[in-house]
Amino acid sequence: MNFNSTDIHSFRDIWVFCEQRDGKLMNTDFELISEGRKLADERGSKLVGILLGYEVKDIAKELGGYGADKVIVCDHPELKFYTTDAYAKVLCDVVMEEKPEVLLIGATNIGRDLGPRCAARLRTGLTADCTHLDINTKKYIDFLSTSSTLDVASMSFPMEDTNLKMTRPAFGGHLMATIICPRFRPCMSTVRPGVMKKAQFSQEKADACQIVMRHVELSPEDLKTKVINIAKEAKKMVDLIGADIIVSVGRGISKDVDGGILLAQKLAEAFGDGVVGGSRAVIDSGWLPADHQVGQTGKTVHPKVYVALGISGAIQHKAGMQDSELIIAVNKDETAPIFDCADYGIAGDLFKVVPIMIEAIKETKNA
Amino acid sequence: MKIVVCIKQVPDTVEVKIDPKTGTLIRDGVPSIINHDDKTGIEAALQLKEQLGGTVTVVSMGPPQADVALREALAMGCDEAYLVSAREFGGSDTYATSGILAAALKKIGYNIIITGRQAIDGDTAQVGPQIGEKLQVPQVSYVEEVQEATEEYVVVKRQFEDGYHIIKIKTPCLLTAIAELATPRYMSVRGIVEAYEKDVKTLGFEDLKDDLELDMIGLKGSPTNVYQSFTKEVKGAGTILKDLSAEEAVQAIIDKLEAKFII
Ligand SMILES: Cc1cc2nc3c(=O)[nH]c(=O)nc-3n(C[C@H](O)[C@H](O)[C@H](O)COP(=O)(O)OP(=O)(O)OC[C@H]3O[C@@H](n4cnc5c(N)ncnc54)[C@H](O)[C@@H]3O)c2cc1C
Ligand SMILES: Cc1cc2nc3c(=O)[nH]c(=O)nc-3n(C[C@H](O)[C@H](O)[C@H](O)COP(=O)(O)OP(=O)(O)OC[C@H]3O[C@@H](n4cnc5c(N)ncnc54)[C@H](O)[C@@H]3O)c2cc1C
Repeated sequence: MNFNSTDIHSFRDIWVFCEQRDGKLMNTDFELISEGRKLADERGSKLVGILLGYEVKDIAKELGGYGADKVIVCDHPELKFYTTDAYAKVLCDVVMEEKPEVLLIGATNIGRDLGPRCAARLRTGLTADCTHLDINTKKYIDFLSTSSTLDVASMSFPMEDTNLKMTRPAFGGHLMATIICPRFRPCMSTVRPGVMKKAQFSQEKADACQIVMRHVELSPEDLKTKVINIAKEAKKMVDLIGADIIVSVGRGISKDVDGGILLAQKLAEAFGDGVVGGSRAVIDSGWLPADHQVGQTGKTVHPKVYVALGISGAIQHKAGMQDSELIIAVNKDETAPIFDCADYGIAGDLFKVVPIMIEAIKETKNA
Repeated sequence: MKIVVCIKQVPDTVEVKIDPKTGTLIRDGVPSIINHDDKTGIEAALQLKEQLGGTVTVVSMGPPQADVALREALAMGCDEAYLVSAREFGGSDTYATSGILAAALKKIGYNIIITGRQAIDGDTAQVGPQIGEKLQVPQVSYVEEVQEATEEYVVVKRQFEDGYHIIKIKTPCLLTAIAELATPRYMSVRGIVEAYEKDVKTLGFEDLKDDLELDMIGLKGSPTNVYQSFTKEVKGAGTILKDLSAEEAVQAIIDKLEAKFII
């Protein structure tokens, strides 16, 4: 095949790898398609989704509703469940033929397995776990001005540059780095779930989206692993990423763990349909299951309201919640670093403050 | 059975500081450690060896100081250690790093390769799968349990956000380890003494050059480049209510939430 990743002018369009599990699209897909739409408009190119699975043709149109011009569907029984071998083969084959300029993949457990395998095969760069993307340089400069400590006014950037500028946290969130991949295509990036804003769904756009079925070739020699059993975790996982209200607890509940978690649940209910999260200290102590963890090694969340109860505010915790729309912290130590990112803080004992807060919210709502 | 574990020496990120003006890292005086997931990988490899026989080899690419990390691995019970080090390798991104490590692994030989899922400094989780691709061996990442291991195949439990797969993979293969896989043992006193008697072998540019994509190593050859690094603007601290009674403090917040139509 005449594929050459350094012949950068032969590549065009923005692509999003759309992940499905059990034949259902994931929220990440809609976020990435929405973000991809913006990038395609900045670049003046098309936005294409690529969907791999088995009997998934019918779900493809929905991607159009968030901005995809076209969805390429690769349908094959061997693609029903994710395997690195089959997915990497099919995705790379299509990319080598169609030559997209940009390929975005959700930074899920699947994306972070598939992305690097494909980037190595395609002979191109891959930027990991991105939280911000720009093509337009002016927009990038605006982004730096509002979200970095750099003295942007004294810096100069090549304005006509059309490389995708991919920004990601490294060193546990201590450092942000913007990465480019100037000499190779496609320019690949895995994008952190829950970060990009989902656009408004449009039925009209969904109807207009073009669906292209693609022939898939897979032979037994392509598959060196075999999935012999599949299990869902018995418990339903808590949906921290999609939640509007999150009440998280930290080691500060230690004097009455069950009581503290119950208070958090009640507060989350008082606010509305809230869910309970936790710091790593809470997860490590076995007080809440691992899927409740917020932070660098847990989930990144963007609720409308984040309440931190008895959480000190370590950088690794903040990395997962500091972009919440509104942050309320309760901590008995008024110098706790969590207060540095809180909109409202109460210096006090959570076991005393939270019951009062629950009552006050109920009263206000009933008034 | 030859098991090779790739380990990376990383700064203890809890102690890393950034110069807010230039956005560069201040590494001076920050202690270096073996990356957490890689220590897990060493433990898993030692357990496989105890079960199947064979040897455990550790490999690290980095400056000469990475010798310390390799000796710690020897002290935990690994048999052999290689330092992959050359001026030409400096500044490599994950594509370049995995290419260099793959060349080293070809020299060393392997049945099972274990890497950490992710290093805590670069945080990309890309090097493992990219080594797998470059050596054309199958991979399973996010391995949380090895259920069965023989010379021909391994059966592992692979973690997903919402469940797991049990996967049978033929050897030679590559696995990436997550914390759940094993609890690393401590170095033994005898191990520490022996670690300093064993030699750490070095693989340099000349040793590997026949297996390298020469225009794709080091800072210049890496496909990705750091365009800009910076620290995040910290959100200005809001109102901290400390001299009020709990009731007054709560009411003050509730009033604001109501004004913002949140409740
Ligand atoms: C590589 C790495 C990754 C990590 N990833 C994460 C991550 O993803 N998420 C995460 O959260 N952490 C993470 N951590 C751990 C992090 O560094 C902190 O150790 C952790 O967040 C601390 O949890 P905490 O705030 O609950 O506990 P502590 O730091 O012990 O804080 C407890 C707080 O509760 C307050 N308190 C005590 N009693 C009360 C009371 N009655 N009322 C009110 N306040 C009270 C105390 O004043 C204190 O501030 C990571 C660390 C490392 C090294
Ligand atoms: C701020 C910043 C951002 C970066 N972003 C990117 C990016 O987006 N894309 C990119 O391609 N590169 C990036 N890099 C470069 C990348 O960090 C280096 O290539 C690094 O050497 C390897 O990547 P990692 O630390 O992410 O390792 P990971 O891929 O997270 O490591 C996984 C495993 O691979 C093994 N391993 C990794 N490195 C070594 C080693 N040197 N020796 C032995 N085993 C090893 C270990 O077992 C480790 O657990 C970035 C660098 C910096 C400073």
